[in-house]
Amino acid sequence: MILTIPEHSFYAMLGVLGLLIIGSSTRFFLRYKNPNKDDTELRQRIQSWWWMIALLFFVLIFSTHATIIFFGLISFLALKEFLSIVPTRLADRRVIFWLYLSIPIQYYWVSIGWYGLFIIFIPVYVFLFIPMRMVFIGETKGFIKSAGILHWSVMLTVFCISHIAFLLTLPNKNVLAGGIGLIIYLLFTTQFNDVCQYFWGKLLGKHKIIPNVSPNKTWEGFIGGLLTVTLISGFTAPLLTPLTVIQGLGAGCIIAVSGFIGDVVLSAVKRDLRIKDSGHLIPGHGGILDRIDSLIYTAPIFFHYLYYLHY
Amino acid sequence: MISRILKILFFGLIVRPIVLLILGLNVLNRHKLPLSGPALLAPNHNSHLDTIVLLSLYPLSVIHKVRPVAAADYFMANPLIAWFSLNIIGIIPLDRSGKTHRDNLFKGCMEAFNNGDILIVFPEGSRGEPERIKPLKKGIYYLLKDKCDVQVTPVLMHGLGKALPRGEALLVPFNCDVIIGDAITIGSSSTELTHALSTAYESLYPFCITRNHREK
Repeated sequence: MILTIPEHSFYAMLGVLGLLIIGSSTRFFLRYKNPNKDDTELRQRIQSWWWMIALLFFVLIFSTHATIIFFGLISFLALKEFLSIVPTRLADRRVIFWLYLSIPIQYYWVSIGWYGLFIIFIPVYVFLFIPMRMVFIGETKGFIKSAGILHWSVMLTVFCISHIAFLLTLPNKNVLAGGIGLIIYLLFTTQFNDVCQYFWGKLLGKHKIIPNVSPNKTWEGFIGGLLTVTLISGFTAPLLTPLTVIQGLGAGCIIAVSGFIGDVVLSAVKRDLRIKDSGHLIPGHGGILDRIDSLIYTAPIFFHYLYYLHY
Repeated sequence: MISRILKILFFGLIVRPIVLLILGLNVLNRHKLPLSGPALLAPNHNSHLDTIVLLSLYPLSVIHKVRPVAAADYFMANPLIAWFSLNIIGIIPLDRSGKTHRDNLFKGCMEAFNNGDILIVFPEGSRGEPERIKPLKKGIYYLLKDKCDVQVTPVLMHGLGKALPRGEALLVPFNCDVIIGDAITIGSSSTELTHALSTAYESLYPFCITRNHREK
């Protein structure tokens, strides 16, 4: 697969690079017009986008295995970040060590395409294993809370995120796009939805949806994002995925809704912990969880929608 | 010269990648870190990783100037650890037993200050219970009493006590916060200095991401 990019995926990548160039040029233009304004955050944000997309495209082009390892690494960084911000007990250290070991195992099921085990390994086996390992350590104070937090952490960061990698292992039903096409479609739609909801919210936003969790989210932003993303997803679906135009409209709709939910769920976590960002890993964006929050919800939901319709 | 090269290789090839990938740092106010000596860093102490992480924040070109002051009874006891501590980490051993006369006690530190080095001294004296600050000791005041021009930079670290606490050999990955405070002078008494340092740590705590802000 090395260096042979399916035609449609290649054009999709060019399109994304085009958007990045527009983003960077807009920033240069803004700075030219307003040289005294501090634009450090915007600059860092766009620079980080370049890095993230360069890394992603590199592994996508390089090989399937490189891509699977790449998403395994993202799961690792996200799990580490999650476990670093939520309250865990010192007694849980050894259980947490096992949670990290679940990542290579889960991504191994992905790499050999064993759907049956991929889909139950974390919800069933890791779920049952965590309390057992905790019992052997023997600390019962805070047991219930810890067991819940620990399982939630692997569900969000390992189980959900590994669905992105499994898109590559599915049989190829759109020869012109390949498995890469599915990943680009999902990631682009999810991230573009974030941008659109932000954009429409800034432009028209008035009525807040859930002021207690995320005061910047408005109905106008949500609906504007939903319509824009649904429309674009409908048109691009036949190019990058096995979905038809109608099915693509449906995919865009569920990605927009679930992306919004992922965003606010992680916001609620941070609000509960009274922190703004989950880390400092990505300059201008915050932590890795701040970047993949929507993806945690869109990845499994899009995957199963596609799986039900075509596999 | 050889130990300087070893230190650069050790930190550049081994420590930096581990700190980047396995640990992950949330560094705040990196610009407040003194890059030239004589200077003194006063971090809180939770783990053996504290020293390694602090050193990894420094550019490889000045890393040989950064020297942790470490307990002689602990780090010099085993010849292998002693060689590693002296040559790779570049520690300045300090006798905690009280047998050495005060004039001789700080000899190594004074030489390092005159050499323009940056010393790391943990005011808690030892690691203690993870993520709890013990009462601060007064050593820094007596060390700097005749070197009043040397400033003390408080550094608050949080999270490493979970990654590798005292008495554990298994390193478990966790992110950690490193927050650098404003440099202070030692003032006129040891209580004044310990008070100023405690206040500085307290004021840096709210910036921790990995700390549970609802407790306490």
